[in-house]
Amino acid sequence: MAETVFAPWADPAQKPLIEFCNVTKRFGDFTAIHDLSLKIYEKEFFALLGPSGCGKTTMMRMLGGFDSVTEGSILLGGHDISAVPPNKRPVNMMFQSYALFPHLSIWENIAFGLKREGRDKAFIDARVDEMLRLTRLERFAKRKPHQISGGQRQRVALARSLAKAPKLLLLDEPLGALDRKLREETQFELMDIQEKTGTTFVIVTHDQEEAMTVASRIAVMDEGRLVQVDTPDQIYEAPNSVYVADFIGDVNLFPGTATERPVAPPPAPAVAPEVEETAPIADAALHDSAEANTATQRRLPAPDRKGEWLYEKIFRRFMGYRETAPRRLPPPSPAEIAAARAPVAPAPAPAPVAEPIRPGGILIDWAEGQPPIIAANGDTAMAGTGVTFSIRPEKVTIDAEKPDRPNIYKGKVIDIAYLGNISTFHVELANGTMVKAQMVNARRLANRHITWNDEVWIGFTETAGVVLKG
Amino acid sequence: MRKAVLIALPYLWLTALFLVPFLIVLKISLSDIALARPPYMPQFDPAAGWQGFLTFLSELDFENFAFLATDDLYWKSYLSSLQIAGLSTLITLGVGYPIAYAMARADQAWRPTLLMLVILPFWTSFLIRVYSWMGILSNEGTLNTVLLWLGVIDTPLQIMNTPTAVYIGIVYTYLPFMVLPIYSALEKLDDSLLEAAEDLGCSQLSAFWLVTWPLSRSGIIAGCFLVFIPALGEFVIPSLLGGSDTLMIGKVLWEEFFNNRDWPVASAVAVILLLILIIPIVLFQRNEQKAREAEG
Amino acid sequence: MRRFSWFNATSLSLGFAFLYLPMILLVIYSFNESRLVTVWAGFSTKWYAELFRDQEFLDAAWVTLKVGVFSSTLATILGTMAAYVLVRAGRFHGRTLFSGMIYAPLVMPEVITGLSLLLLFIGIGLDRGVFTIVLAHTTFSMCYVSVVVSSRLATFDRALEEAALDLGCSAFSAFRLVTLPIIAPAVISGWLLAFTLSLDDLVIASFTTGPSATTLPIKIFSAVRLGVSPQINALSTLLIGIVAIGVITASIVTKRAAVAQARDEQQAARTA
Repeated sequence: MAETVFAPWADPAQKPLIEFCNVTKRFGDFTAIHDLSLKIYEKEFFALLGPSGCGKTTMMRMLGGFDSVTEGSILLGGHDISAVPPNKRPVNMMFQSYALFPHLSIWENIAFGLKREGRDKAFIDARVDEMLRLTRLERFAKRKPHQISGGQRQRVALARSLAKAPKLLLLDEPLGALDRKLREETQFELMDIQEKTGTTFVIVTHDQEEAMTVASRIAVMDEGRLVQVDTPDQIYEAPNSVYVADFIGDVNLFPGTATERPVAPPPAPAVAPEVEETAPIADAALHDSAEANTATQRRLPAPDRKGEWLYEKIFRRFMGYRETAPRRLPPPSPAEIAAARAPVAPAPAPAPVAEPIRPGGILIDWAEGQPPIIAANGDTAMAGTGVTFSIRPEKVTIDAEKPDRPNIYKGKVIDIAYLGNISTFHVELANGTMVKAQMVNARRLANRHITWNDEVWIGFTETAGVVLKG
Repeated sequence: MRKAVLIALPYLWLTALFLVPFLIVLKISLSDIALARPPYMPQFDPAAGWQGFLTFLSELDFENFAFLATDDLYWKSYLSSLQIAGLSTLITLGVGYPIAYAMARADQAWRPTLLMLVILPFWTSFLIRVYSWMGILSNEGTLNTVLLWLGVIDTPLQIMNTPTAVYIGIVYTYLPFMVLPIYSALEKLDDSLLEAAEDLGCSQLSAFWLVTWPLSRSGIIAGCFLVFIPALGEFVIPSLLGGSDTLMIGKVLWEEFFNNRDWPVASAVAVILLLILIIPIVLFQRNEQKAREAEG
Repeated sequence: MRRFSWFNATSLSLGFAFLYLPMILLVIYSFNESRLVTVWAGFSTKWYAELFRDQEFLDAAWVTLKVGVFSSTLATILGTMAAYVLVRAGRFHGRTLFSGMIYAPLVMPEVITGLSLLLLFIGIGLDRGVFTIVLAHTTFSMCYVSVVVSSRLATFDRALEEAALDLGCSAFSAFRLVTLPIIAPAVISGWLLAFTLSLDDLVIASFTTGPSATTLPIKIFSAVRLGVSPQINALSTLLIGIVAIGVITASIVTKRAAVAQARDEQQAARTA
């Protein structure tokens, strides 16, 4: 784990390098950016992510000075740069098309900006050589852009924009023109160079994988607004809206209505009786709370809430983010499930320590004839409102036998996508809802024996998903 | 500021040397011929001020246009110009399409050379290319000599100084304008489209009519306008190859101006010619627009 | 496989025969001893010698050359500016009129252009001569230049200019250091086109010239009006020869460059 964690955005004492203050940008009648405010800090690798037309490129072009700001201001190091022309800004840009000057050699391309600055020859020579070394292009200095490959051109563009040692480097879809394998290699190279030079990078991309890989923070944009600005793991694990959950990665969405989850002893009418009847595991709800407690005490080593709290508030600062491994708990016993699910069963005691099936949260009624989803991490304030439960396919398990899980549903395998390292199962539930479940192919496929048209059980824990508004 | 200079310089140039002269033509077409220098009436005297301008305006009339309508020389020459330009456009299409088609079908390696061969005459003097036919078409010219020698004819054909010579001249000089747009439309045509048509049961000929021809239509239309528009106002070809009975409006205008020194009538002839040209020009623009939209 | 049938071969050979036979005949007859077109009286270069002895032709050639160089240079400058305005300036007051004035001269019959310019020159009392022909030729050929240059500019990656600005260029130095070198081939072909148009023009020059300046086309026209002249055959041969050498050289040079570029790109892809 990293010795120091880099998170200037969490420190209110830090001055941002760039600040968008209520920026609005209009092109005629079309509003590209709506009253947007954003802070980007020094040495950040900041990604603007969104579908085409979301305004991310406009944001970048305003930073570069190619588009003017209609309202509001952009501060760079505390100074308003809205009126500064691009050639006077300490900002450089790496263009999507690379924009290498075809009539100049690689060396001359890299030296171009330095020559405009009126630097002396010795300085230019030294700086260009340094850039060529940094990007491993020494051999190609005398070539023209058309004489090198796409990956090399990408590196020339990077070297050229870094040569003037800008405070801020803008990268417009920098890897869009490269094929997949080269793109992955180059992502790490970019991160490496960003770290070596200590320059603040702002990257525009529509490729969420790329943003997740390279960025320290991601701003997800939609129709000229910021939807969520957060670290990649938070964006993935804790999206703040259906839009973000859907945009980043693969997701199952269950729109429904939230009700507060009954606390022990639960009031009987909290759950509709017909739900009880149709719930596949409701019959198993004949265990006492003591058994549930002993069962939970055996479950290790899931981090408990206190530990989680301590980590979030204190350790994270200096320990850095934890790996984004899915927080998958060991399968709970049927007793635990019963305790959690069955309204007639006494709820587990609200013990603050080592509580495997977290109490509280909400239940989500999402379909007629299907048991509600238990979401222990749902905000009880949302009770009574329309919500969407979102869960990543890799957090949904699939079993041939009825498993022990807080949330289980019966369905039929419609489709299987074998992707090598993982398989994605498309399971149709009784009410027609399609659910994607992913399984890591760690074991031999032969052992699994789940195939088309099999009756299966899908399941997930009470904290595996995220409850989103709307 | 620099942008303003950048716009202003070509703008002013074109206004002074294209727009203003044209307005002058318009004005003179409304004036009367006079035995003066310059030979037309009324003259606008800026010193007379606003009142003078009004008097000047009141003296303008459409007399010249009325004259053009009554004298059948003019409307006959407009009609014959339209006929010659139209018919020679169709002939050029007939000659040019097979050439363009064959070029587009030719081997990839040969195409730049073929293209160069079509473009080369375009860079050569127009006048010389027209002139080259004088030696061929005249009574004792190459064509008649060869035909007489072959025994095909007994007496020399009178081609020179007839409309036929004008047709030949127009087809010859404007052929590259027809071939190039059709070629560029046909070159883009994907071979697999023809293969698909044949796969679906077309014969080679019906594949041509159902696939190749419609897809080259924008090129055909562009080529036709590129030939028709300049041919309509042509002067050099009718005056070198045509006879005194070959009426073309460009030639009439020239003679009206230089031989009769009737500037107002010459100007009126020019104004009418432009009005006739506006229709094909607008149609041509629309075709180009459509082709651009289809591409982009 | 492309289907290259006898039909295609025939239409190509007939088509090119039609295009080139008249010019070839012209070249052959220029070496004819006899004054008569049809009678071959043996090989001779006497018409060339006569041509070079004719002071009037030499004067006309000199006037034409002067007019061509001046007008095409002016037209290239103005036409490139106009193209830049058309492609880059965005919206401005009178843009429609501006683009109309660029495209109209392309379709305007020469007789009308010539007539209108002559009436202007008379109206403002300008003495007609080399100067007025230069003005006239510049006006119509700048439109051709701007069409050639603007079609190049339209495909020009604007990011290149933005990159130059981003790296510290002013708008003018970005144009000088980046845009101009890249569009130079289009600018050069625009100049050549303007030069050819000027060299070729009979109608507009006839309208706008005065007694002091006779260009080659005017001279040729008055000489051939009444029939074939062997001197003109010789002159035509010279002009055709110059153009042919120029065009063939240019196409070989471009082809070589294209081949070299393709080879470089292949190599680059291999070393990647």
